[in-house]
Amino acid sequence: MERNLTMIALFAALIAALGLIPKFTLGFGVPITAQSLGVMLCGTVLGAWRGGLAALLFVALVALGLPLLAGGRGGLGVFASPTVGFLVGFPIGAFVTGFIMDQWRSAPVGLAAGVSAVLGGILVVYAFGIFGMMMTLNKTLLEATLLVQAFIPGDLIKAVLAGFITSGLAKARPASVLSRS
Amino acid sequence: MISLTSPVETRAHGWPAGAKLGALCLATLLLFRVEEPIWQAAFCAGMLLLYALPGRAFMRVGLGRLRMLWPFVALILLWHILTRDAVAGLVIVLRMITAVGLANLVTMTTKLSDMMAVVRWLATPLRRFGVRTRSLELAVALVVRFTPVLTAKGQMLSLAWRARSRKRAGWRIVMPFTVLAIDDAEHVAEALRARGGL
Repeated sequence: MERNLTMIALFAALIAALGLIPKFTLGFGVPITAQSLGVMLCGTVLGAWRGGLAALLFVALVALGLPLLAGGRGGLGVFASPTVGFLVGFPIGAFVTGFIMDQWRSAPVGLAAGVSAVLGGILVVYAFGIFGMMMTLNKTLLEATLLVQAFIPGDLIKAVLAGFITSGLAKARPASVLSRS
Repeated sequence: MISLTSPVETRAHGWPAGAKLGALCLATLLLFRVEEPIWQAAFCAGMLLLYALPGRAFMRVGLGRLRMLWPFVALILLWHILTRDAVAGLVIVLRMITAVGLANLVTMTTKLSDMMAVVRWLATPLRRFGVRTRSLELAVALVVRFTPVLTAKGQMLSLAWRARSRKRAGWRIVMPFTVLAIDDAEHVAEALRARGGL
């Protein structure tokens, strides 16, 4: 019980801390932060429920007014801005990532983590993100998708990294990769 | 930990947080109902007036937070000028700025402890289903405390990397970084158990 709580809290803090790591820029000039990598790791390492709760805790603290998002952003204003969908999608994306990770135990850890990060951390999160843009900016599905597609390559790289990192963690701290223990 | 609350004390700091949040919900609902550009412009002007009332320092900090909206403003206006529908674009942009501006005002004038009290009140019905809301508060405290701790550890990792390599650390330190977070979580869990548990 204590361990579940501290894992959830520390991974929420990890998402925040990853947002503060300097951005690296993709070849064609789109900046990407490690924050969504943190959301993927919540799912791949903690599993569905704990991972989803960790991302939910992070999003809740942003709503309460802590500047935890990349670039020191936060507060209720973020929830009225066009990027609101991504934020709402974080907990659900982490949950789906963890759910696939929990279910697909026959695959090697790295592969399962990479695939579930693509499905949960990209597909689900972008579905919410695009819906958020459609609502706040009054755009059609196609227009909203066009707005965000530049960020997809960066997130694909992050999903691959999530696979490598999770497989490394399974070797370094096998008992702590809760989605597999 | 740095928070987004305004250092300039305003009259709104004393208002109950629940009332401010309720008013914000109603205002946002209203914003999304109105389609006339003249009304949206009026709402936006009213929002700017609210920022101006507490003085120049407050206004500068507050409006600085809205800077993240510029890419969207530029993109939407350009899009709607190209599709010859500039008025609709203007309505969208004004509405977006007003909605974010108002929400940001609530964040700037409400202390974290007041927000937490609202969350505690909202979570009360969960207690009936056996959810221990005290562990929620402990989790919040842990995140607030450990975000700067983890950030400092991340900086140490990246310094250690740079001592050994000419290249930037980048994603390679995320793995050891996560190991540090996991180890901290295990230690804190053990410490909590040693003190009688949850």
